[in-house]
Formats: sequence, C-alpha cells, structure tokens
Amino acid sequence: MPTVMELYQLLPKTNCKKCGESTCMAFAVALLSRKKNIQECPPVLEGKFKEQKDKLESLLLPAAGAEETGLIVHPELCTGCGNCVVACPVDVANDPKGAGIGGAPTNDKVIFRVLDGKVVASNIKECRRFGMNRVLCYACIDPCPTGAIEFV
Amino acid sequence: MVTCTCTGCALLCEDIDVIIENNRVKEVKNACRRGAARIRGCVNRLEPSVNKKQADIDTSIKKAAEILKNARSPMLFGWGNSTCEAQVKGIELAKRLNAIIDDNSSFCQGLLIERILKKKFRTCSLEDIRNRADVLIYWGSDAQDSQPRHLSRFSYFPRGEHRQHGYEEDRTAAVIDVRESSTAKICKGHFYRIPTGGDRELILALMDALSGKVPKYDKRVLELAGIMKKAECGAIFAGIGLTYSIKDDPDILVALADKLPNFNIMPMVGHYNMRGFNENLFKETGFVNRIRFEGRPVHNDGYAVVEALRQKSIDALLVIGSDPLSSLPGSIVSHLADIPVICIDPCVTLTSRIAAVTIPCAVSGVESGGSAVRMDGRVVELPGIIENNHLSDQEIMTGLMEAL
Ligand code: SF4
Ligand code: SF4
Ligand code: SF4
Ligand code: SF4
Repeated sequence: MPTVMELYQLLPKTNCKKCGESTCMAFAVALLSRKKNIQECPPVLEGKFKEQKDKLESLLLPAAGAEETGLIVHPELCTGCGNCVVACPVDVANDPKGAGIGGAPTNDKVIFRVLDGKVVASNIKECRRFGMNRVLCYACIDPCPTGAIEFV
Repeated sequence: MVTCTCTGCALLCEDIDVIIENNRVKEVKNACRRGAARIRGCVNRLEPSVNKKQADIDTSIKKAAEILKNARSPMLFGWGNSTCEAQVKGIELAKRLNAIIDDNSSFCQGLLIERILKKKFRTCSLEDIRNRADVLIYWGSDAQDSQPRHLSRFSYFPRGEHRQHGYEEDRTAAVIDVRESSTAKICKGHFYRIPTGGDRELILALMDALSGKVPKYDKRVLELAGIMKKAECGAIFAGIGLTYSIKDDPDILVALADKLPNFNIMPMVGHYNMRGFNENLFKETGFVNRIRFEGRPVHNDGYAVVEALRQKSIDALLVIGSDPLSSLPGSIVSHLADIPVICIDPCVTLTSRIAAVTIPCAVSGVESGGSAVRMDGRVVELPGIIENNHLSDQEIMTGLMEAL
C-alpha cells in the first residue's frame, strides 16, 4: 500500500483546488482512502504529467479488485472455514441467530458469506473500519488461518 | 434451492443450501471448500468393471458376490463413508459370509470411540460445546484443516447460550501438537509444542500438576493445568495425533479425564460416518472394529486391516468408500496385488485402479439419502437432493446379498 507522501509527490502540487480538495495533500489523502480517484484531478490528466499519472495508477492498482472500502478476499487462500463470518461483529449484530452462532446466515445483512467454498463480502459499507465512528477492527483478519482477508 | 447435509467430514453440516439446475449442482452455499467439492461430486466418476473391462452394474455385482463366496477368508473394509443403513446391511453380509469386517477406525479413532461407547469418558454434544464450553484443548488435532467448520460452527468462535461475549472474552483455546498447525496459528498464545510421541509424558505431567505435585516438565505445563483447572466446562478434542501416540495405553487418557471433572472428551473423527460404523458394530458385537463372524462374532487384533494385509491372511477384499492403497504404507498393501479386490466408490481412486471388480455408487448425502452419526454421536438425516441412476451403498449391499 502506498503512503500519502508517495502519492503527493506525484501530484502537480499546485493546490489549484480543481479536484474539490483545498490542497494536493488533501487530495492525496482522499486518494488513499479511496474517496477520490485520479480522474478527479484535471491537471494530472494533461499530457505532461503522463508519467506521474501512470505511476499513480500503478500504485493504486492492488486495490483495483477490492471492494470500494478496500477489503479484499484472496479466493485462492480461502478455505471457506467461516471463521470470519461468525467473528465479524457486524455479522453477529445483524444476524445473531444465524451467522452469530456459527450457522448459515439467515438474512442479507451480513458482510461475509461462503459461496462455493469461498468467502464473498457484501454490505461492506457496514464494516466498522468505515463511516463516522470508525475503529480499526481486526475481527475478521485475526481468525483467518490463511491470511485470505486483507484491507488495502 | 434445497437444503442438504454435507458428508465432507464428520461434522455433517446441515445448513448447506444448494442450487440445482438441470439436475446438476449449480451453486453451493455455506459449505467449506472441502464440503463444496464433495457436493459437486467426483472429477473422475467410477465405471462398473470386471477384470478391468467395462461391464454393466449387475454383472459387476454378480462377479463380486462370486469372489466373496469363493473366498475362504474374505474381508469387508471401509464403511466410514457409507450411511448407517448400508453399514447395517454390510454387517449382515459379513455374517452371511463368515467374513472379517473392519473399518478405518482400526488405525484411527476406534480406541477412543470404544471407550466413549463403554462410557469410560464423559462426553457431550457439539451444541453443548457451543453453548457452554469455556476451555477448549485441541490435542493432536488440527481441526481447522480436518473439520474446517469446527471452530466456526461449534467450538471457538460462535456465541452460545452461556457464552455471549465472543471468543476473546468467553473462551480459551489451547493446542497441543508436534507442529504449529493451522489451529495452533489461531490459538496463538496457547500453543504447546511437544516432541513426537511425547503425549504420554505430558499427560503424566498434567496429572501431577492437577494433583498439586510439581511435575518434572517444562514450566508451561503449570500454566496449562491452571487453565484446565479453572474451566467451568472444558473439552479435549482428541485428534489422531494423540490417539496414535497413546495407542498402547489409551486408558491413561481416561485417568487424566478422571482428574478433570468439568471436562468432556471428544474424539475428532474424519470420515463422515466412521462413528456410525463403530456404533452399529458395537450394538451387534460389543466391539467397534476388527471382527470376524464365525457363527458368532470374534474380536481379534489380527482382524485389523493392517495386520490382515501384513500377515496375508485374507484372500479377497471388498473396499467400500475408502482408499487403502493411498492411505496405508506400501509395504502393507503389497498383498492387494495378490488377491481379488472389489471396490465400491463414487469416484475413481488408487484402489479402484487395481480392483478386479469396480461398482460405482451414489455420493451419499447428495445422490442418495440415509442417516449418519456425527462425531459427537448425534444421528443426522441425509436427504438425497439430486435424482440419478446410481445405486446407493445400501442398494449395492442388498444386491450382493441377493446374488449370494
Ligand atoms: S486538482 Fe490536482 S493539482 Fe489541483 S489541487 Fe487537486 S490534486 Fe492538486
Ligand atoms: S473489519 Fe471488522 S467490521 Fe469490518 S468486515 Fe472485518 S470484522 Fe467485520
Ligand atoms: S476466515 Fe479466512 S479462510 Fe476462513 S472463510 Fe474467512 S477468509 Fe476464508
Ligand atoms: S466442515 Fe465438514 S461437514 Fe461441514 S461443510 Fe466442511 S466438509 Fe462439509
């Protein structure tokens, strides 16, 4: 995962505000948290910044397969054990009698479910790492024996 | 969408939803990777054959019956992947043939299951574990790999009636093993590594520690004994690693359990209905495996599949739902080349490739129904969910009896 500084160094650094952020630094932060994308900075799209733009895109690439909020499940590593399904506090709160006690999810409000032996994530906006009162939750990462879940 | 029971391991998960289209599995929900593969069926389906030539199924069954009838000392082996109904028929068949009958438990968990059935250990259901257990000891068992949903469905992660706060607060899980298994990685702080064969020594040290003596052992045994002592409801999940290691004196585990009044012992079973076979044979004979019927049932360690093959004391072998050629050491299975082997399985296996007769069967739980016994002893129904033309194990057993 790139750092804010790495991204900032590649931006035009003119603080022109065309992206809607007050500074290029603020835009770099927004890029990293995926609130903005590169296309929203008009100057960097101009020809003379092509190299920087390509570099920025490649830095942000690993997250391309990720959910909007940065959660990636590596299907080749996932064994479908379901530890993350029952350990995620959102799943427990939204489905206490299903996912919460280790069973099959009984409604559509859970984040994790296992399809064809592998975990898929949905409702990712509910994840505690995002939104107003976000916390750095590791509840799905810690119980995964294979490192199949990652946030980028 | 239909709900089915997974027969991928002895957890027999009953919450599997399957979407079927044109009589084929389209999507499997909630099963782990192993279970989903099992439900999707074989990569290579077994075909009926006699002497490596394709045959129709009736011819294969007739030929199999002939081989068994002409043998002086036939053995019927496997059974862990068959329904209870098929097992009961198989035991009848063994009686009729005066055959030896044995299953995978004879080199696996038979010793412990026998002690459970004789009520030498306290045990409990997996639901009890979910609802009550606060101390979990995975001993010589890599549940995370062998029964992939054990920790998530029952033992460690789920909230239970009396365990409402999540695993970090409510449960302590420890792993005793010779290597850092997947389960050990999850129970990070409480991994106790022992040398191969070191289980007995640790049991003795624990017994000392539990009775207030100072054990001559690594100091961490005191910490482990402390955790076990404090348990309101504990469970030792005894894996094959532990069972192998104490096979010459399994009662030492009974002695340890006697010192732990709040603990339950649960043998970790692999094949989905190995425990069912043990229970069915126990009902009939008072033993869980290694039986020969000679008018009456005779139990002898020489009737263990490993011993019988080593001593070359059998002259025909029927294998059902097992693959001894891949699971037993080469020096032992060499005898298989000298005797007629009959193989009943849904899929092509190493054993089926050398078999004189192959008889394909339905995948139980998916293509045929019945019942099975979960690792904790609960009887679970298996609804068949896909229509097909394959005979079930039970029907094949009936066919063999008729052909005799
Ligand atoms: S539009 Fe681009 S150059 Fe202008 S402030 Fe935003 S990031 Fe900087
Ligand atoms: S980070 Fe926490 S809330 Fe978000 S998906 Fe993982 S377990 Fe659930
Ligand atoms: S814990 Fe890991 S391996 Fe298990 S289902 Fe979740 S992502 Fe897959
Ligand atoms: S844990 Fe066992 S029974 Fe459950 S889905 Fe996986 S293989 Fe099937």
